[in-house]
Amino acid sequence: MAFIQATGLRKVYAAKSGDVVALDHLDLEVAEGSVRGVLGPNGAGKTTAVKVFTTLLTPDAGQAWVAGIDVRADPAAVRAVIGASGQYAAVDEELTARENLLMVGRLYHLGSKRARTRAEELLHAFDLADAADRPLKGFSGGMRRRVDLAGALVINPRVLFLDEPTTGLDPQARLALWDVIRERVADGTTVLLTTQYLEEADQLADQISVIDKGRVIAEGTADELKASVGGQRVQVTVVDEGDVERVRGVLARHGHGEVSVQGRELTVQVDEATRALSGVLAEVTEAGVGVHEAGVRRPTLDDVFLTLTGHRAETDAAEASA
Amino acid sequence: MRPMGNASASSDPSAILRPVSRSPVASWFGDVHAVTARNLTRLKRSPEVIAFALFQPIMFVVLFSQVYGGAIQVAGSNYTEFLMGGIFAQTVIFGATISGSYMATDIKEGIIDRFRTLPMAPSAVLVARTLSDLVINAVSMVVMVVTGLIVGWRFNNGIGSFLLGVGLLLFFGWTFSWVMVLIGLAIRTPETLNNAVFIVLFPLTFISNAFVPSNTLPTVLRVIAEWNPISALVQAVRTLFGNLGALPTPDVWPMQHPVATILVGCALMLLVFPPLALVRFRTKQR
Repeated sequence: MAFIQATGLRKVYAAKSGDVVALDHLDLEVAEGSVRGVLGPNGAGKTTAVKVFTTLLTPDAGQAWVAGIDVRADPAAVRAVIGASGQYAAVDEELTARENLLMVGRLYHLGSKRARTRAEELLHAFDLADAADRPLKGFSGGMRRRVDLAGALVINPRVLFLDEPTTGLDPQARLALWDVIRERVADGTTVLLTTQYLEEADQLADQISVIDKGRVIAEGTADELKASVGGQRVQVTVVDEGDVERVRGVLARHGHGEVSVQGRELTVQVDEATRALSGVLAEVTEAGVGVHEAGVRRPTLDDVFLTLTGHRAETDAAEASA
Repeated sequence: MRPMGNASASSDPSAILRPVSRSPVASWFGDVHAVTARNLTRLKRSPEVIAFALFQPIMFVVLFSQVYGGAIQVAGSNYTEFLMGGIFAQTVIFGATISGSYMATDIKEGIIDRFRTLPMAPSAVLVARTLSDLVINAVSMVVMVVTGLIVGWRFNNGIGSFLLGVGLLLFFGWTFSWVMVLIGLAIRTPETLNNAVFIVLFPLTFISNAFVPSNTLPTVLRVIAEWNPISALVQAVRTLFGNLGALPTPDVWPMQHPVATILVGCALMLLVFPPLALVRFRTKQR
């Protein structure tokens, strides 16, 4: 059996506007010691799935196992081997970093003495020693997330659940948190990580499950997923929005498949990238269109998402939270 | 994997840390202790809550006794003596509501979900909540007693009876905080709870014998006041503190046997509300 496993998970929330299917027969298998990225837009069911694994939510149907333990049959045993961190399992803002970690250690039943030792270790490891005795409400978002993550690591859990660990962080804080997560992975912790950032899954995960509307729609390594949606792309950004339609026609002739348009940026899949690019540029220049930027790029996970679901991941997420 | 009694003796820094072996009971008390310590630390960092818990009873004692003291006549006693039982009861009841708003706040801020992913006893979170508020109520109680003594209130049945009265008030407050915990688990925001508390509890305190003798009320209100559980608590406190003066005791059972009424009432509430709160806590889906 896989180290984290779910079969046929289903969860329906009753809402005023009708039932919302959060999980629709979700299947997932994560091998021991690997990192699984669960990628999807807001509302895809990522958090609901993590809540089932971390015993916060009972599914309507289906089964889930963590480290070989049936989550529904023995939630207490699951809680003793996991660490959870993310948008829902918060830290106490009124407490200091040290008090938070100490409390979590005691509630993992490490005993006061070991809980204290462990809190010290984590404060140093997470570069929080200087700020250890200030209440968290004065902390930056990045520091708060570090305390949250440290809290999830108090027992060196065998399984770590990270629900959108870097959502809302600035790029620098995000990079710092990625480093911390990579260290844990190097120590052999099995990690399930949800994210709406394609780059984050690309950077951290061995395997990625793309989920949409409560079910897994694609699985594989980042490279496999990219390869599955074809070769390279030519991308052109025009200066004037009025030229978008004209350039769309040009790209359609040189590439195949649909031309995707986002604002003034147009992308199409091509076979021979350099030839296609020079052909496109020649036509566009002749037509007198001002080009801001043009180039060839490899498919991104955004392309994967677009191909699989017909909509972009990050744009949808931004609209949903707006 | 070998058992780890001592973290520093571990040779593998990435090995999972095992819990210390303790009896389930010791482990439960450890959980209650850890969460209570957290609650009290939070309280320490919110001086406005402490200030309010201390200031409100002082304000009520001083205002009521000095403003109404001359206007309201109480047979065989004086208004300050009469008033204190009402203020004591009102303070522990409103003090208990803090449990509800803190519970709602903890859910909103997500710390409850953190607790629920930890291998701790869920009941410990709720017990710690009610115990923390018992501490607030106990502090309020001390302040009120001192303020009362300063403005001329006396307990007249001896120290033993006085301590029983204080104990009964705190016990009722603690019991009632279980009701508030359940409500706090059921509502969406702490603000909702504060509004609901004001709309329900405020009139309930006023249509009782807390601030005026119930025999002075118009018939309908008098009947409500006589059967109002808050009146029974106030009556019990006045009985134990010897503050009844020469007031006639209304001819209804709860007012004739106020201490028994409160004890039986608390026992019933404790049979119902903690189990309901625990079920709600375990199944709460935010």
